[in-house]
Amino acid sequence: MRRRHNLPLLIGATLVCLIAASAVFAPLLTPHDPTAIDPAGRLAPPGGEHPLGTDRLGRDVLSRILYGGRVAVVVGGVAVAIGAGAGISLGLVSGYQAGRLDAVLMRAVDGLMAFPALLLAIMVVAALGPGHIQTMAAVGVVLIPTFARLARAQTLAVRKQEFVYAARALGATDGRIVLTHILPNVAGPLLIQSTVAFSGAVLAEASLSYLGLGTQPPVASWGGMLQEARDVFFVGPWMAIWPGVAIALAVLGWNLLGDGLRDMLDPRLRHATRRRGGR
Amino acid sequence: MPFVLRRLLAVVPTVLVVATVTFLALQVIPGDLAVVMLGMDARAEDVARLRQEFGLDRPLAVRYLGWLAGIVRGDLGASVAYREPVARLIAARLPVTVSVAFAAMLIAVVLALPLGVVAARRAWSGLDLAVLAGSQLGLAVPTFWLGILLLLWLAAAVPIFPLQGYTPLFRDPLEWARHLVLPAVALGVDRAAALVRLVRASLLEELNREYVRTARGKGLGEGVVVRRHVLRNALIPVLTVAGLQLGYLLAGTIVVEQVFGLPGLGRLLLQAIYARDLVVVQGVVMVVAVMFTLLNLLVDLLYAAVDPRIAYD
Repeated sequence: MRRRHNLPLLIGATLVCLIAASAVFAPLLTPHDPTAIDPAGRLAPPGGEHPLGTDRLGRDVLSRILYGGRVAVVVGGVAVAIGAGAGISLGLVSGYQAGRLDAVLMRAVDGLMAFPALLLAIMVVAALGPGHIQTMAAVGVVLIPTFARLARAQTLAVRKQEFVYAARALGATDGRIVLTHILPNVAGPLLIQSTVAFSGAVLAEASLSYLGLGTQPPVASWGGMLQEARDVFFVGPWMAIWPGVAIALAVLGWNLLGDGLRDMLDPRLRHATRRRGGR
Repeated sequence: MPFVLRRLLAVVPTVLVVATVTFLALQVIPGDLAVVMLGMDARAEDVARLRQEFGLDRPLAVRYLGWLAGIVRGDLGASVAYREPVARLIAARLPVTVSVAFAAMLIAVVLALPLGVVAARRAWSGLDLAVLAGSQLGLAVPTFWLGILLLLWLAAAVPIFPLQGYTPLFRDPLEWARHLVLPAVALGVDRAAALVRLVRASLLEELNREYVRTARGKGLGEGVVVRRHVLRNALIPVLTVAGLQLGYLLAGTIVVEQVFGLPGLGRLLLQAIYARDLVVVQGVVMVVAVMFTLLNLLVDLLYAAVDPRIAYD
């Protein structure tokens, strides 16, 4: 019997929708400008006009979190687009062509994998300079190897199947076979990987911004807010708590969405879950 | 060729790729590297001197070969800001980073092993679901935020844990440990969250196998079955991942060092980036990436040693 509820998918999708909606509708949800400085209202505790308090420049913490969500969603989205776009293209070509090209491309991917992810991102930002756009590029580059490896493995698994031979016999070009026959057949795992990569991208953006290398002030970003809270968090703990809650909820949402999609799309796993569940 | 030798030799091209990527990454910086390092308002003669001192006036290929030759000799160049060899700067800070990474690994294993075993033995019970939910939470909480929360709630309330700083092991082991606890917990919880899922999944996989039924069938207690038979097999994939995690922890310490003011490699790297001291950036990235590669090698070799089914020849 199939489980009726896919709880991870439900919770994950709800969290992701909530965060995306609050990022899109931020101007409607808060009357405050996230960058408006108010020296008289510095470090005001949560309550009243400022439900989550103000920071050391008197800016509204809730507004900054809502607008920071925009940074997280945009950086995450663009970074995943870069990583998935480049990685999946590399993986499809590598897996479909096999042979020498495959060997060369995979060595290059191995080269990127020889660096721990965060270190690679820091190195790219060190080269390009700190900032919003650079962070997207850095996190995008970090995501390439996983997508490339996964797309290659999936392509290798289907490239010798009969529907590929059939398409070729009907006169389809290599490009057409890869895009219209192989890609749809390997899309499931890549979709799951995209959601997991999104959570990784949100974390990486937050880490880089916390280190002062990502999104630069006065633009609000969750990691940047935690950095700004560094010297004053004993005086204004709310500054250090809420941006972290936002990061954790976003990462949790994307991870759960990935888990839920995996449960839904991978029938083998569903079987295994049921078997173990029946013990 | 024996497996060990083959695997050792495979490290050479990886290190070469790492050295090349590290070198090239910092050559794509737009503009004159000497100006980038000294700042826009530097005097022309200072820029010219730096360019000559660091060989920036030589062709790219010559500098690349010089970089590779330096690595072989253990010479990673000299820092512009510190006026010291980069290798010496790194050597002074490496013990801090390695201490934090190992302590975090210890926390991760100590948390993940028992929790994973208990969760797998009572699969789909309330306890198991709590462990699974906890691991999702652990994965979602950023290490630096957990660090901040620990400082906020624990270090302030319990004066045993210092807020910032580091004491070398050989100066005062107790102080060393006290300074390591909070950073290690901040970093270790996240890795424990990843490991516990693996321990649980791996154990569940093994518990369904025939030999376990045989062991139960001959009257062994469940504890003995798990300890003597299942764990040995289930822990092999866990060992691999734990080894890889240690490599990631080396990079993870960069952020945590910032939270706890630890004078490690991460601190050095960030200060070098802020100061545009690119030779140091290059050196630190190179050293961490090579350590990461060597850890992967060690894991592969250990893997062969603990699993007699894997015959490498």
